[in-house]
Amino acid sequence: MSKNQEFVKFDKVDKSYDGKVLVVKDLNLDIAEGEFITMLGPSGSGKTTCLMMLAGFETPTNGEIYLDANPISNIPPHKRGIGMVFQNYALFPHMTVYENLAFPLKVRKISKDDIDKKVDKALSMVSLSGFENRMPAQLSGGQQQRVAVARALVFDPAVVLMDEPLGALDKNLRESMQYEIKHIHESIGVTVIYVTHDQSEALTMSNRIAVFNDGKVQQLSSPDKLYEEPVNSFVAEFIGENNTFGGEVVDLSNGSCKVKLSHGEILANPISVKSKGERTTVSIRPERALINPENKMDNNHAGTIEEVIYHGDHTRVRLNLLGNSEFILKVPNSSKNLDIKLGNKINIGWNSQDARALDPK
Amino acid sequence: MSSETQQILTTDGIPLSVSLKKAERKNKIKAFLLVVPLLLFLIITYILPIGDMFMRSIDDKMVTNMLPKTFTAMEKWDGKEMPPEEVFAGFYSDFKILVQNKEHGKLAQRLNKEKNGFNSIIKKLFRQVQRNKIDEGQSIKEQIMKVHKRWRDVEYWQAIKRTAPPYTTAKYLKGMDMYYGPDGNIMQVEEDRRIHRILWLRTLEIAFFVTLFSFLMGYPIAHLLATLPMKYSNLLMICVLLPFWTSLLVRTASWMILLQQQGIVNDFFVMIGLVADDNRPEMMYNKVGTYVAMTQILLPFMVLPLYSVMKTISPSLMRAGKSLGGTPFIAFWKIYFPLTIPGIGAGCLLVFILAIGYYITPALVGGASGTLISNQIAYHMKTTLDWSFASAMGLMLLTGVLVVYWVYNKLVGVDNIKLG
Repeated sequence: MSKNQEFVKFDKVDKSYDGKVLVVKDLNLDIAEGEFITMLGPSGSGKTTCLMMLAGFETPTNGEIYLDANPISNIPPHKRGIGMVFQNYALFPHMTVYENLAFPLKVRKISKDDIDKKVDKALSMVSLSGFENRMPAQLSGGQQQRVAVARALVFDPAVVLMDEPLGALDKNLRESMQYEIKHIHESIGVTVIYVTHDQSEALTMSNRIAVFNDGKVQQLSSPDKLYEEPVNSFVAEFIGENNTFGGEVVDLSNGSCKVKLSHGEILANPISVKSKGERTTVSIRPERALINPENKMDNNHAGTIEEVIYHGDHTRVRLNLLGNSEFILKVPNSSKNLDIKLGNKINIGWNSQDARALDPK
Repeated sequence: MSSETQQILTTDGIPLSVSLKKAERKNKIKAFLLVVPLLLFLIITYILPIGDMFMRSIDDKMVTNMLPKTFTAMEKWDGKEMPPEEVFAGFYSDFKILVQNKEHGKLAQRLNKEKNGFNSIIKKLFRQVQRNKIDEGQSIKEQIMKVHKRWRDVEYWQAIKRTAPPYTTAKYLKGMDMYYGPDGNIMQVEEDRRIHRILWLRTLEIAFFVTLFSFLMGYPIAHLLATLPMKYSNLLMICVLLPFWTSLLVRTASWMILLQQQGIVNDFFVMIGLVADDNRPEMMYNKVGTYVAMTQILLPFMVLPLYSVMKTISPSLMRAGKSLGGTPFIAFWKIYFPLTIPGIGAGCLLVFILAIGYYITPALVGGASGTLISNQIAYHMKTTLDWSFASAMGLMLLTGVLVVYWVYNKLVGVDNIKLG
């Protein structure tokens, strides 16, 4: 059975709250059935608004949202059958865990026996069996979070929305919950639309990530592509670490371009530059630049070490390179003892293929 | 467990609990000194007056002090036949002292309250004593019984005996339209004179409906206040509080202007053709006036606790309810409403307790059918000067409030009250 590639479809959706500013601009987004898609972006980028429109708490100013090919703008939230996990869990504080989970089943007039079975199953899925009679206030943050997930899934919705569900947890718990949610998604195959501003969360969990900025989707692709091949300088900047050079294209030929910087010239991979004379921002991932490369690389420059920070598994080195004093290198600590000392001059090399010439900042 | 804790010592070898107490003592004393002024203030302005009120309401020492020898002699009297000679002798010697001190009038007044007819026979006896007509050499019983036929009636002596105890609950019975009969059992006053019971019931009824009306009106207002955007909710909050800041008298007076027969509300009803011009309804000097004015005046006491509770309810809870499939009504009824119960409780309790003792507004707009028990208390304080009766009714009102509080605690739980 082929999966519906347009299970959730945003079709030219605009949203404005005050009639002056568009919070979401001309959004087109297709989400496949069973997919785990993350909307990633800084706060105020419109990602939560999109989620709220899908859940039915906000109406699109223009355009239409389809769920399984049915337009849903005129369907009230309670008839959409979309599960939702809220930022602060939104567990009903006056109900026990059991009652919280039974709520969506009771309003659907499901028999008592079936409710018991479903609640049992949902609780064991999040490994909280035996907590039925606890009040939400008696649970830890992580447990509350899991109850919220179980509640959003207990009535077998086709789509589950998660609005920064791990934002309130501490780092370790957040990481283990990321895997837990991912595993739940894999085992039951529900479509998950996840909103976060934490890029590592997005990279760990998603099939695809939609990077939002300024009300628009900047890039929609798989996590690896997003990291390795950002299509514009916002995405390059937002996902992972990034060294940038601003300059002007002086030569463009054979899938490579020459960019003139304030100090010197580099070769780069032209992604969004089309002609000579354009301004551009060249982006290089820290791990793609090597110290004293053995193989000949087509970019080779000398830089001065300005700062060395020990990070356990790796050492971060800040260099002054070609006039950029914020050039970061990550040196694995297992590697051969390089001469990394403050003030030393070292040679840095990278392939022009890894230096992506993007739109100017 | 306890032996383990006892064994914990500090590095200096002092038991930990002793050391902790020592360290905390200074702070405890400081904290106590800070609340001492308030404590004294409460004792002086609250506990003492209530105690005084209570003593006043049960005090009945006057006759006890006036007729000491009579009551000593009466101890041996069975109270069924005419009292023996000693009682008369004791009464005569007590009465002579009263005559000397010119206090016999007070006695007559007090005994007359106990049984009608004492006034005149005490005056008669007074004249005989003044003229030294009583011969102490002969039987005093015979001589007093000759003064008036009522002195020969055992019921009057029984009445005197009833005033012997220094304390009485008669005032409380009177507050419930009851009294002690001639043989000391509790009797009801005739049906057409049971004014207090009507007042109590009316007070409860008005307090209940005022609470209900302010709840019905206050709940949506509080909800709006809690959910509207800041700039509108501030304006609304001022609208709620503005009357609160206005003098009670001014507000009551403005209701009088609005509600009178030639008033604005009636004019409006006539204008829209709801009532005929010559048949304007009376909306003041009756229950309607009391309901309208009291509800308006007490509304902020309902709105504010409700608002403070609603403000803490996250809007995402309602959203969660809806996204889980609850209709807006179910989401409200199953999720929002239960969470506002602490506010409802606080608001209702506050309004009910304030309404049950309300005084100025019903006095001004209530007329005859809209006055409450507190107006009756004021009447006895200011007009009849029967302070002990006023005190008794005041304490009964206080007891009523405590009962309401107790019932409320049983139903909702005082821990659940949130006043803000």
